Amino acid sequence: MVKLTIEENTYSCQPDETVLDALLRENVNISYACQKGTCHSCMVRSPDTLPPEAAQAGLKNTLKKRNYFLACLCHPEQDMIIKLPDQSEFYTEGTVVVNEMLNRNTLLLIIAFKDAFEFNAGQFVNLQRADGLTRSYSIANTPQQSNTLEFHIRRLASGRFSEWLHDEIKAGDTIAVSEPRGHCFYLPERSEQGILLVGTGTGLAPLAGILTDALAHGHSGPIYLFHGSREVEDLYRIDEMRQLVEQHQNFHYIPCISGNHVPEGFTHGRVNEVALASLADLKGWRVFLCGHPEMVNQTKTMAFMKGASMGDIYADAFHVTQEKK
Amino acid sequence: MTDTLNNEEANMSQTLYERIGGEAAVNAAVELFYRKVLNDYRINRFFDNSDMDKQIAKQKAFFTMAFGGPNNYTGRDMRNTHAHLVKMGLDDSHFDAVMEHLGATLVELNVPANLIAEAAAIAESTRKDVLGK
Repeated sequence: MVKLTIEENTYSCQPDETVLDALLRENVNISYACQKGTCHSCMVRSPDTLPPEAAQAGLKNTLKKRNYFLACLCHPEQDMIIKLPDQSEFYTEGTVVVNEMLNRNTLLLIIAFKDAFEFNAGQFVNLQRADGLTRSYSIANTPQQSNTLEFHIRRLASGRFSEWLHDEIKAGDTIAVSEPRGHCFYLPERSEQGILLVGTGTGLAPLAGILTDALAHGHSGPIYLFHGSREVEDLYRIDEMRQLVEQHQNFHYIPCISGNHVPEGFTHGRVNEVALASLADLKGWRVFLCGHPEMVNQTKTMAFMKGASMGDIYADAFHVTQEKK
Repeated sequence: MTDTLNNEEANMSQTLYERIGGEAAVNAAVELFYRKVLNDYRINRFFDNSDMDKQIAKQKAFFTMAFGGPNNYTGRDMRNTHAHLVKMGLDDSHFDAVMEHLGATLVELNVPANLIAEAAAIAESTRKDVLGK
């Protein structure tokens, strides 16, 4: 008989039971549906223990790496500490060291920590204001670059959190930062694989992290970054990306403008349509999609139809929190 | 390796799922199949592609079942999960189209004809439940 621990509570799991069976028997509030590994509703995490292989069948590599598993398929082999998806998080205090504008509506925010902050480039965290207001933002740098996290914050019309960051936060202020989340990140494997990065607006933040990480790991396959917005003034880091193109033969950067005024050096069109039209076949490619939810969802299907395997498509849709009136 | 006699017995009693190649075969088949389905104007409206990861997981469950692999679908499950599609007009012609793509996918993967026939028969056996008849 093994023990399952969730926060302060410990439950026993009988030999013939799955983790889900045991937790349901103990009246633990856990979401589930199909109970046969299909729907992924009961996906949970054991941060410190490697789950049995069978309990990770069908999950993405980045989820497997972070010890996610399906409770309904898990016959535990040893005691496990389990984190449910909605369990309260641990926050770390950080100090703002840089706040400057990247373009007319995007703020570069860099937060420093006393100790190393463990994460994978491309993941996101929750930032929390003293009154409890919380929003998710993607990390734009890589863990190798000192004990800091970099964020790109777009000012949203009547967005309480982004307005606060833009207008009130200054260097030296502290801010609470959650543990890193999300499974949209680079794993240093199959380095000859083609990588397609498609993002709108501040979707560049996680993509920049993933790009830096891949280049730092010596990824040798072609890497294409398509960054899009309606107007050229809403793109950013254009010169930095062009500089990377000079330095890395396998890196290609295509800034896209969907509006009508398209300066030289930019491609006219919606970023996902330009990207999919530029690449004939995505069989064997790894694809990262970040930004506007509709773009992300459409492109997922488009990339799959062009040959990319679903296990190789990583997506991070930026949902805007609706303000309560 | 354990003793030979046991292995021979195992071969004789291997399930279709094992003979066809188990989970690896399912993984190879699922994406080929699902691309065909999404490209088919006759039936793609029945496949909600708003959550592709979930759809792929469902197709895996379908192939595991068609290969006679480990699953615990009941006729009632089949009825319940397809009931909303029957309301949308799901009928025999659509079921036939799916069967067509199933066969074409397995041919593409060079699965021997006798095994394809076995898998098709298993899938065919769900027709009444899927169509709510």
